[in-house]
Amino acid sequence: MNPIISIKNVSFKYSKDEMLALDNISLDISQGEFVAILGHNGSGKSTMAKLINSLLLPTEGTILVKDMNTRDDNRLWEIRQTAGMVFQNPDNQLVATIVEEDVAFGPENQGVEPLEIRKRVDDALKAVDMYDFRKRPPHLLSGGQKQRIAIAGVLALNSECIILDEPTAMLDPSGRKEVMQTIKRLNQEEKKTILLITHFMDEAVEADRVIIMDEGKIQLQGKPKEVFSNVERIKKFGLDIPQVTELSHILIENGINLPNDIITIEELVERLCQ
Amino acid sequence: MLKNITIGQHYPIESKIHDLDPRVKISITFIYIISLFLINKFYAYFLVFLFLAIVIGLSKVPFKMIIRGLKPILIIIAITFLINLFMTPGEILYQIGFLDITREGLRQAGFMALRLILLIIGTSMLTLTTSPILLTDGIESLLNPYKKIGLPAHELAMMMTIALRFIPTLMEETEKIMKAQKARGADFESGNIVRRAKSLVPLLVPLFVSAFRRADELAMAMEARCYRGGEHRTRMRKLMMVRADYVAILISVIYVFAIIWIRFYPFGIV
Repeated sequence: MNPIISIKNVSFKYSKDEMLALDNISLDISQGEFVAILGHNGSGKSTMAKLINSLLLPTEGTILVKDMNTRDDNRLWEIRQTAGMVFQNPDNQLVATIVEEDVAFGPENQGVEPLEIRKRVDDALKAVDMYDFRKRPPHLLSGGQKQRIAIAGVLALNSECIILDEPTAMLDPSGRKEVMQTIKRLNQEEKKTILLITHFMDEAVEADRVIIMDEGKIQLQGKPKEVFSNVERIKKFGLDIPQVTELSHILIENGINLPNDIITIEELVERLCQ
Repeated sequence: MLKNITIGQHYPIESKIHDLDPRVKISITFIYIISLFLINKFYAYFLVFLFLAIVIGLSKVPFKMIIRGLKPILIIIAITFLINLFMTPGEILYQIGFLDITREGLRQAGFMALRLILLIIGTSMLTLTTSPILLTDGIESLLNPYKKIGLPAHELAMMMTIALRFIPTLMEETEKIMKAQKARGADFESGNIVRRAKSLVPLLVPLFVSAFRRADELAMAMEARCYRGGEHRTRMRKLMMVRADYVAILISVIYVFAIIWIRFYPFGIV
């Protein structure tokens, strides 16, 4: 089967004189995969999200979303529907004054029949566990709840792939947890392809594949365990490693016998209690 | 504190008036405003009172809430009353210094004050019984026919929706910036008007900058959700006229015809 998103030799510059924000990137994401992209500020990770959603066009190379070229103006709306996007600031992406109206915004733009919109909105709100809040004004919700509404808005578009651009960066720990649980459930139960851009290592650990970006290039990629065992290299890119991994590495250095690919608390506990 | 502000003054309960189609309510409000300006006899106000009493009774909005809406314009009503009272020439009833109170002045002043009060009460009945979203939907739907002559109906409605959505957000932000500037020694409360206006600059500049950034991000988010203007757009909630709406229209039409009748075929001279 063809990958749902296929990025081929893509480079991107914001303006002519600037340096490359993305430098010859190639990447395939297959249907149903949960991919986390890590990188510090300015590493080009958000730019990549906007390129996939056709909000920006590549300077060089091509991006195919479900075999549709993002340069193709005629398929623009189909591409945006296939790859829905959730942004960082929960306040700046909600349009309407009532939760359910906001979730309906996407399908309304697509010209879907009113009855069908109703159904999609109800389903989407139930999927993110916000159905009881459907009549509330968004400004009275918490950050995590607003972000779940934004995710519901993408679900109502019937997107197969959800791109989340640092969705938890402005949330408190409990809000982050809510959003991460929702994302994981959508990936496992609804079989949505997830592209999570983040700088929280603990979130990346949950993914099927982790991609580490720096200076517009892909520096490392693979299963979380493989990637995070490269402690020194990751630190060189200005990134942290998950706390548990850090701890287990210090333990190893001090002569305790542990494998070097521990990324979850449960794993470490199990190993230490053996 | 600012988090709990209600936009407009919608009073969210269920009643026959709340349930009416917003288009019907907006149209009736227009008819009502016009009817107020058609009145030239005092006793015609009796009809207006009756009409308003029916609406208020059916709406179940507490009378206190309605009166509260009058407070901010009390001064305007008072000034209008006094100007009309003293400035209308005619048969002098009473003299205070160089000011004359005339019979015509008294009549005119009473007329204007009553008209203003009824105008405010009538229009606030619309905003009290209709949520901002329904109001926007109603306006969009009523303006739709004028699209042909270039009126951007959808765009206007969208702007209203977004404005309503962001009022509380920007309020919260104002409060935050105010606190931040106060922490750095800004003083918003003392001094004369000029000084106080000047002290608002460090509040308004960051607020504007942030509002523009928000606008930019919102536009991007809207595009990502396939927004491309009003064309081919459908709505989840369809406005529908039911029997109650037709009854309301019928009653209003009878009311306005009665007002017109009194204007052109008056009895008595009051």
